[in-house]
Amino acid sequence: MHISMQNIHKAFGMNQVLTGVNFELKDGEVHALMGENGAGKSTMMNILTGLHTCDHGTILIDGKETYFKNPKEAEKNGITFIHQELNIWPDMTVLENLFIGKELKNSLGLLKLKEMRALAKKQFDRLAVSIPLDKEAGSCSVGEQQMIEIAKALMTNAKVIIMDEPTAALTEREISKLFEVIAALKQDGVSIVYISHRMEEIFAICDRITVMRDGKTVDTKRIPDTNFDEVVRKMVGRELTDRFPKRQSKPGELLLQVKGLTKKGVFQDVGFSVRSGEIVGVSGLMGAGRTEIMRAIFGLETVDSGEIWLNGKKVNIQSPDQAVKLGIGFITEDRKDEGLILDFSIKENMVLPTLRSFAPKGIIKEKSEKDFVEMLIKRLTVKTESADIAVGKLSGGNQQKVVIAKWVGIGPKVLILDEPTRGVDVGAKREIYQLMNELTERGVAIIMVSSELPEILGMSDRILVVHEGKITGELAKEEATQEKIMKLATGGQ
Amino acid sequence: MKGISEGAPVGKVNLVHTISQKLGPLLGLLILFVIVSVLNPSFLEPLNILNLLRQVAINALIAFGMTFVILTGGIDLSVGAILALSSSLMAGMIVSGVDPILAILIGCVLGALMGVVNGLLITKGKMAPFIATLATMTILRGLTLVYTEGNPITGLGDHYLFQLFGRGYFLGIPVPAVTMILTFVVLYILLHKTPFGRKTYAIGGNEKAALISGIKVPNVKVMIYALSGLLSALAGAILTSRLNSAQPTAGTSYELDAIAAVVLGGTSLSGGKGRIFGTLIGALIIGTLNNGLNLLGVSSFYQMVVKGIVIIIAVLLDRKKAA
Repeated sequence: MHISMQNIHKAFGMNQVLTGVNFELKDGEVHALMGENGAGKSTMMNILTGLHTCDHGTILIDGKETYFKNPKEAEKNGITFIHQELNIWPDMTVLENLFIGKELKNSLGLLKLKEMRALAKKQFDRLAVSIPLDKEAGSCSVGEQQMIEIAKALMTNAKVIIMDEPTAALTEREISKLFEVIAALKQDGVSIVYISHRMEEIFAICDRITVMRDGKTVDTKRIPDTNFDEVVRKMVGRELTDRFPKRQSKPGELLLQVKGLTKKGVFQDVGFSVRSGEIVGVSGLMGAGRTEIMRAIFGLETVDSGEIWLNGKKVNIQSPDQAVKLGIGFITEDRKDEGLILDFSIKENMVLPTLRSFAPKGIIKEKSEKDFVEMLIKRLTVKTESADIAVGKLSGGNQQKVVIAKWVGIGPKVLILDEPTRGVDVGAKREIYQLMNELTERGVAIIMVSSELPEILGMSDRILVVHEGKITGELAKEEATQEKIMKLATGGQ
Repeated sequence: MKGISEGAPVGKVNLVHTISQKLGPLLGLLILFVIVSVLNPSFLEPLNILNLLRQVAINALIAFGMTFVILTGGIDLSVGAILALSSSLMAGMIVSGVDPILAILIGCVLGALMGVVNGLLITKGKMAPFIATLATMTILRGLTLVYTEGNPITGLGDHYLFQLFGRGYFLGIPVPAVTMILTFVVLYILLHKTPFGRKTYAIGGNEKAALISGIKVPNVKVMIYALSGLLSALAGAILTSRLNSAQPTAGTSYELDAIAAVVLGGTSLSGGKGRIFGTLIGALIIGTLNNGLNLLGVSSFYQMVVKGIVIIIAVLLDRKKAA
């Protein structure tokens, strides 16, 4: 199947996401798609598979203009998108997952189980995997779940499979298995769009690469004709060094200490400390337990054992309100679900943790509330006409600034940022980094969880690496490299 | 830059939307007023209007509490049962010689405690509000019948202040209506001017975000169900005084009238959006329908049909506005 996307434009409300995307996929090629978060990779693929419609532009499939109405139609025509968050029904069996919505039925409407099993077996054989068909899908490893998704795609006769960060949560062995499968699919003439941040993988298995930046496709090249440095340059559009504002760290006294924090099956014996004015980066693969550790510190998860010390005093944090009272702020990774009340105005969101301070006598003083919010909007350069606009209407970067402003407002001692720049455009990213520097200059201790290695390397004074619920290493800023972090994050295999 | 050019009309639509949202229920009430008074001019007689206000008071008080509950995304089915049990307990206390005003106060505290039980089942017990309050409704109804042995409690004597509470007039206005208006003012301030009100909306808007912002979500919820219980008991006190007795089956299906008033007032059942002023109007709409249909001699069977239809029309109009 040959796909050609030409001059695709797309805006979500005020937010122009794609501005002239060109992409070509040939028969039986593995085509890498690279770009920073927010560059528009997923949007482009979602337009191809009919989840979104483009505002203008042309999509040619085998030379014919084709616009799918929805992902199901795309799937019927041989294009399947395997998302990073896998589409698995955890309580159903592997077999049921494979045939979900496409069950084989006889004339009475009953399932033809024998045939379904045979067909599933055939697909698994083709992929050379052996997952018991009656196993609950939720108890399969992430690698196995991915194979289920690929088998599902093959059963619909997929000619094109789009994989979004397929290796993000896989072990080394599962990754090499996946690469074998990709090679086999290529042999069969299936084309793969391979979205990834991992340069080594792309250079190992892809035929061509397309780089995206700020909603545009920058360039497409054959892999043998390019190299790491060129790709990175094209991705960021400038030298790596100035993506992150210069930071001068002067770590002060010990502020937060975590000792032996354990939640069975999630994280074990986690211990680390953060000094005032310090940024500690926390790296690790998806599902390693980073977020859970932070949630536990903030009182959102119960632990089996462990201690938290703040300012040299042992504290007992059972719920977020206690954490907030102690001066801990938490910017969660999912800002729409946990960070913001989308229907609330900027003002109402920003004052949530500090409401009481505006109502010394019980009634909220609107004037002081307004002044406070105006100050925060200015300080964080939130781009808006008024503080009364619902935050749901803001762009991702501005929404994130509102979440951060909310916590800056409490005058925090410790700020936990989980994926602080996810879905944030490049400009706003830099502003967020700058703000982190400002805060640490005032003595705030920052813990930053991030999946983006450049961000970890560019902003952290010290780096902790988490692997399968344990801290497997601590690296000083000077000695840290992508390779060292990845090695620790994958258990050093 | 298609996005930006679309910005302006969106703002205008929003303005129209806001106005119609704020005035929609009020407009509905006015139209209803006109229709009823054209069909039967005696509807507008001062005596009837005052009567109407007194009739509305009980439902309005319960619906005020229900507004808070629904704003958090919850529901309280036990309000009618709380009214019945607290009413019986008040009457029981009065008969056994407790000062009637003290009995009312104790009754209201007991109503609030019943609400606290609801709140704890929902927060600590992690039960869905619908299920938790369905269960307590059944339990409280049962307890009321046990306590009263299924008979009305009468012989409450003729304590002046107590009788004034349900039947009297203050400056020519029925005392229940005065109680309703005073309560409305207090609750309006509570909902729109205090941190507590802001937290109520925040929980309904996004409970997770509210929790992470350091709001003690369980505490706020318990207080809200307690408020709902308290107001139901207060409504029960008015009813007890007006009837000068307690009926074991009092308040049956009052929860539905209260929910109807909240919904007619434009509050969203999914929480986070709505206004207590709307609820006052909603209660007046239901009261006007009851009163007007009575005046027009429509049988109570048909009245139910009409009320149901009005609710459907109101919600459909609301949908259309939102779309």
